[in-house]
Amino acid sequence: MDNEAIATLVKTNFPEAIIDSKIFRNELTLAVKREYITEIAKFLKENKELDFNFLSDLCGVDRVETHGVFEVVYHLYSISQNHRVRLKVSIPSSSPTISTVTGVWSTANWHERETYDMFGITFDGHPDLRKILTPDDFQGHPLRKDYPVDGRQPATLREIYRRGEA
Amino acid sequence: MGLESHLGDNILTTTLNTMVNWARKSSLWPMPFGLACCAIEMMAVVAPRYDLARFGAEVFRFSPRQSDLMIVAGTLTYKMASVARKIYDQMPEPKWVIAMGACAVSGGVFNTYSVVQGIDQVMPVDVYLPGCPPRPEALIHAIMEMQKKIEKESFVRKTTANTVNKLA
Repeated sequence: MDNEAIATLVKTNFPEAIIDSKIFRNELTLAVKREYITEIAKFLKENKELDFNFLSDLCGVDRVETHGVFEVVYHLYSISQNHRVRLKVSIPSSSPTISTVTGVWSTANWHERETYDMFGITFDGHPDLRKILTPDDFQGHPLRKDYPVDGRQPATLREIYRRGEA
Repeated sequence: MGLESHLGDNILTTTLNTMVNWARKSSLWPMPFGLACCAIEMMAVVAPRYDLARFGAEVFRFSPRQSDLMIVAGTLTYKMASVARKIYDQMPEPKWVIAMGACAVSGGVFNTYSVVQGIDQVMPVDVYLPGCPPRPEALIHAIMEMQKKIEKESFVRKTTANTVNKLA
């Protein structure tokens, strides 16, 4: 299916959930309302024509300074149909929470853990929402813009410092 | 000339220090700790083109128990730091460390929340090798510098930071 057809199909099935759809350089991006993400994910995967059976990436974006929101971005690919779509969901920085899509693509499990670790976005219904990359006693979410780039936490090294000092 | 003139051509006299250090420096067994692109240069050093065997240090062992020279090649992150230190601790004495590349020396370009700014924060370093990444010739040079340093050591007094810490 081409981009226009995908956009039309999704829009006719979820007229109230798609805020915006853009095609730039032959890539389709759909802006989705937060409440509908699990439903739409399920539809995109289970619809035989769309058959988006591969979640190639799930990540976060910090747009708090300019828009007051975090974004969660889903890149989907259909191995059988050879087409792609990108979903973007804005979530207010005051309550950075969204439903999980682990029930649709199990690969979302670690991606959502990474997004949680890096941005502090929580995923409702995730089976095991723990940090995945930063050290266990690391405080904060380092990919947030308000986290300093060089915000090293020497305390996470304390047991291995020579003489136990920083 | 001294004692040797009485012993004939079959016996050399020297100090125990010189002999032990000669043996140690001529047979370094590196523990490769490859963390990034520097490791590729490190691999080239043991390959035929650069042939580290010429300097007696070609036996890369992937077990710290069989190694005495740790080559930390690449970017050490906070999460990896405890692993690096544990491997260092598992190596038997005497042991030495080469910090290979800008990242291992100082964190390099990665002045970020996740990167240790120099592996000397977690283990004592004997030779710092700059470069991004250093060419294989540079690593050979670092190993030769390491050998020169070993030659000058007193093997009786050889202590690492570990032992010093226990005493302190």
